[in-house]
Amino acid sequence: MLTPATIVIAILLLTAAAYRIGVRRSLSVAGGAQAIRVLHSRPPYYGVLTALWCALPALLVLALWQALAGGVITHLVKADLPPEMRALSPAQFSLVINDIKNIINGDVPPDRVSPAIQTAAEHYRRLQQISHLAAAAVVLSLAILGLALVRGRIHTGLRARNHVEQLVRWLLAACSTVAIFTTIGIVLSVLYEALRFFKAVPVLDFLFGLEWSPQMAIRADQVGSSGAFGAVPVLAGTVLISAIAMAVAVPIGLMAAIYMSEYAGKKFRAVAKPLMEILAGIPTVVYGFFAALVVAPFIRGIGQALGLDVSSESALAAGLVMGIMIIPFVSSLSDDMINAVPQSLRDGALGLGATRSETIKQVVLPAALPGIVGGVLLAVSRAIGETMIVVMAAGLTANMTLNPFKAVTTVTVQIVTLLVGDQEFDSPKTLAAFALGLLLFAITLGLNIIALKVVRKYKEQYE
Amino acid sequence: MKMAFQQELWQPKELDVATDQLTRTEEKKELRIPAERAQSVGQTVGKPFVDNPRMICREVNVYYGDKHAIRQVSLDIARHEVIAMIGPSGCGKSTFIRCLNRMNDTIDGCRVTGQILLDGQNIYDRQVDVVPLRAQVGMVFQKPNPFPKSIYDNVAYGPKIHGLARNRSELDQIVEISLRKAGLWEEVKDRLSQSGTSLSGGQQQRLCIARTIAVGPEVILMDEPCSALDPIATGKIEELIDELRQQYSIAIVTHSMQQAARVSQRTAYFHLGDLIEVGQTDQLFTMPRHKLTQDYITGRFG
Ligand SMILES: Nc1ncnc2c1ncn2[C@@H]1O[C@H](COP(=O)(O)OP(=O)(O)OP(=O)(O)O)[C@@H](O)[C@H]1O
Ligand SMILES: [Mg+2]
Repeated sequence: MLTPATIVIAILLLTAAAYRIGVRRSLSVAGGAQAIRVLHSRPPYYGVLTALWCALPALLVLALWQALAGGVITHLVKADLPPEMRALSPAQFSLVINDIKNIINGDVPPDRVSPAIQTAAEHYRRLQQISHLAAAAVVLSLAILGLALVRGRIHTGLRARNHVEQLVRWLLAACSTVAIFTTIGIVLSVLYEALRFFKAVPVLDFLFGLEWSPQMAIRADQVGSSGAFGAVPVLAGTVLISAIAMAVAVPIGLMAAIYMSEYAGKKFRAVAKPLMEILAGIPTVVYGFFAALVVAPFIRGIGQALGLDVSSESALAAGLVMGIMIIPFVSSLSDDMINAVPQSLRDGALGLGATRSETIKQVVLPAALPGIVGGVLLAVSRAIGETMIVVMAAGLTANMTLNPFKAVTTVTVQIVTLLVGDQEFDSPKTLAAFALGLLLFAITLGLNIIALKVVRKYKEQYE
Repeated sequence: MKMAFQQELWQPKELDVATDQLTRTEEKKELRIPAERAQSVGQTVGKPFVDNPRMICREVNVYYGDKHAIRQVSLDIARHEVIAMIGPSGCGKSTFIRCLNRMNDTIDGCRVTGQILLDGQNIYDRQVDVVPLRAQVGMVFQKPNPFPKSIYDNVAYGPKIHGLARNRSELDQIVEISLRKAGLWEEVKDRLSQSGTSLSGGQQQRLCIARTIAVGPEVILMDEPCSALDPIATGKIEELIDELRQQYSIAIVTHSMQQAARVSQRTAYFHLGDLIEVGQTDQLFTMPRHKLTQDYITGRFG
């Protein structure tokens, strides 16, 4: 059967052939392997040029075809359906299309659905075959056309090398736009869902509401609250835990960085740096159960011994462990920044008779400060977005508190709980997750932009 | 006491050897000895020693790991003199000058042997504290390196860490005097709170000199202080060096022989880690005794 995969394989085979044809052609144009000096570029460039012109347009068209064909086929099938089915609402109609696709894929035996749908499925299958055939014809002839065109234009003056350079440049640009467009796509989809949420819950209620209890009655007769979607308590939890994390990570990370870059010998550095990086490589889920199973009970035990009321899931446990997780991040960023301070400044201070720690405190750190601040902001945005540790160790109740011994919840935890399990995708409860996501995204984006600006400005200072 | 004793012990003996060798050379060879012999002897031609020196260096060797960067250098630095150090790139001028205030201590794997005395005290003695030493022997670097602080704070930094001023007005005074001595006061007196990095290159270098003067050194080391400057700024710094000579001993590394001739009284020529020749500047430039020196100053050095 002719599928897109086979078409792609055919294109690739053609491309390989195109490369050889291009090389061969350029050699024959030049008049043999001894005379390649008359060519503008070396033969492989002619091969690559031919291959690229053979493959790229064909693949592009194929991708477009695949993207559009589904819609067109569905449309045609719909036009042929019995009138009563055509009158269905879009949501129900999409179920019908689903049935059709399931039959085609063999997921559902045809005798389980109505005859109308069976015929429609047959129709659909036929159209799909036609589409694939047509695609194969168009795409492969395009590939051959490209091949032939370039081959015909190969002469000694053709600047294949420069053309390849151009094409490569476009290819690279296309790849980088993929990343950009994905980001934009994600943002837009989150934005879209969040806007749907804001239709049900006013933006201001969400941003400034002081109560968060997203449980809603699904059926009218169900007992339950109507749901309250004030993000402040959730955000407060995030802020509290992040603050604890930073209180751990910034001093330790910074001092570790100072020691590493200013005092430690080569040997110590060679051992300690990779160890730090290992710390950075531990999966967050491992930190999570470390927090939940070791640190939280430990803190609770200490609290009880001191007669304090510590809940088994405390902000302190989650924050401490998150701080440990972020140490390598802070220290490696600060290390970079400290190393970026020119040696000449240190020499200047040392040459005036400053001790090493005076030099660091009074000259190196002030000079590196903007960079370090930038690094810390990046770390904050990581702490805010961190999910696994808080899911496992922070708790679910949205307490408005600054007491680190109480359980709090965070934005990320709420997103997870809102979306885990069976959900209706248009209830405000589920959509609230997107609103929270958008909020989180806005905060971390803001932090990152500021941080990057600060860091860039700092680096320029010493260039 | 011990140091003073050492000084006495060293000086006359070495002086004798030096003059001895000098006269011998002149008798036998009339002019200069060939390079090979000088190197095999490993001794310096000319007059490396002076009466009543500020600093005395004896048989100084410097190693970077296995690399022997300075070999058996003996040299005096007189009071109120400018001594220029010249020589081809990589010959060890910076290395040697950095020994004089132990800046080499900051380099991993750098080892110094021999004796360097400042006013009779061996600065490499175990009990010597480098912090006051570096205040006594200040250093100006090749590239101006003002701290990213205000002009005022740049100059005040040294006095502050050494506690040289009892109060704010004393500190103000030190800053003003230092900036005046460095010939920068008139240009910056209205903007002392601006960042030191906002000055021009030449001004920055003079700021660095002011910063060094502010801690009251006895010796000032300058490692190519004008290499990043234009001729006008260079001229100003050279004038400044000449004035500073009244109070300080100055050792200056330079690649410009004209500069050496203009500012210095004595000149030392280094070659591949050896101190080849030391002499009065005018004498060394007009009548070098050593073949290598002659090759270098006539530009024949390959
Ligand atoms: N930190 C270091 N580690 C290892 N070797 C070094 C180090 N610094 C200098 N050297 C070596 O010591 C020798 C002398 O270097 P030095 O910097 O003193 O030369 P220089 O005379 O100042 O040269 P230039 O005129 O180019 O400044 C050179 O061969 C250099 O390679
Ligand atoms: Mg040098």
